[in-house]
Amino acid sequence: MYGPLIVKPGSSKKNKTGSWRVEIRPQFLKKNCIGCKMCLLICPEGCISGEGKNTYDFDPMYCKGCGTCAAICPKKDILMIKEEAKD
Amino acid sequence: MNNNLLSAGHTACSGCGQSLAARMVIDAAGKNTVVVNNTGCLEVFSTAYPESAWGVPWVHSLFENAAAVASGVEAGLIYLGKKDSINVIAQGGDGSTADIGLQALSGMLERGHDILYVCYDNEAYMNTGVQRSGLTPFDTNTTTSPSGKKSSGNIRPKKPMPEIANAHGIPYVATASAGYPQDIQRKVKKALSIKGPKYLQIHVPCPLGWRHEPNLTIEVGKLAVECGLYPLIEYESGKLSAVRKISAKPVEEYLKVQGRFKHLLSNPEEIKKIQAIADYNIEKYGLKLQTEAGS
Repeated sequence: MYGPLIVKPGSSKKNKTGSWRVEIRPQFLKKNCIGCKMCLLICPEGCISGEGKNTYDFDPMYCKGCGTCAAICPKKDILMIKEEAKD
Repeated sequence: MNNNLLSAGHTACSGCGQSLAARMVIDAAGKNTVVVNNTGCLEVFSTAYPESAWGVPWVHSLFENAAAVASGVEAGLIYLGKKDSINVIAQGGDGSTADIGLQALSGMLERGHDILYVCYDNEAYMNTGVQRSGLTPFDTNTTTSPSGKKSSGNIRPKKPMPEIANAHGIPYVATASAGYPQDIQRKVKKALSIKGPKYLQIHVPCPLGWRHEPNLTIEVGKLAVECGLYPLIEYESGKLSAVRKISAKPVEEYLKVQGRFKHLLSNPEEIKKIQAIADYNIEKYGLKLQTEAGS
């Protein structure tokens, strides 16, 4: 075999990209969620998980704070808040 | 944490349209897939050595030859008698598809390999710092087609890649957009159910190169489709089989949210030229939604 080989699948998870986030982070209110799964589908990091209404949440270890989830939520149930603010 | 086949921890920019489109494609294809990647943003951000975000076998060789390497992978799988259960996907950006890798892609389509080729079209060489490519649209400001007193950006229109692929007489050609993620998954599943060479071109907004806000990624993708600048079409066996009908918004709505078209907003003459491109697409593919009151 030639060239560098990476044997372990999905090993990029070691790379905690959450440290890239500046100023803002999402807040999942979990009140009016209708379970449309759009946030889970469109997160560029794939770091949102959940099953069923009002269960979706993001993984702060990987979220880069782009805000696409807040922009797409049809019920405005996801807000972008200041990093230091409490839930 | 989700068990996606393209894991978190990759080094794409915040709000990258390509990373979400790539995840849609690989999750729709499933784990029995071999991916061959051209050089480009996707290759760089997903496999920062010594880590890889991919959960499937993944090969990178050179800038231009994903299609050629994938042809070899497919031939190898046929020799081993495993081709029926394993999909082969070749993928690359717009530069490696329409400019540098066009000969390898054309050869793959002409030889009739059973491969899905996916082009992630972010409309310039974003990885190296926003140089124009063959798929950069008319009047775009890039570093090699700058706008200024005597220039309003890229002087050439976008290369008609879906038509070029379709001219090879292949069974399936389609365009999709990161603005419509379920549509991407449907088209990938449909393409993989067809035997023979397939070509899928996905419009992926790039917050860095297009200079829009990262949270507008999906919105910008939808606007490009809605104003007619990026028609979502499907060709089956050479015939136009489906289009996404649109309400035909004015192109300004798409242009004004992006920094790369900022110089056009004070130049109505150039906006008319871009509107003419959108009108041509709407006419050519019959994209206009028929309103009941009108007819």
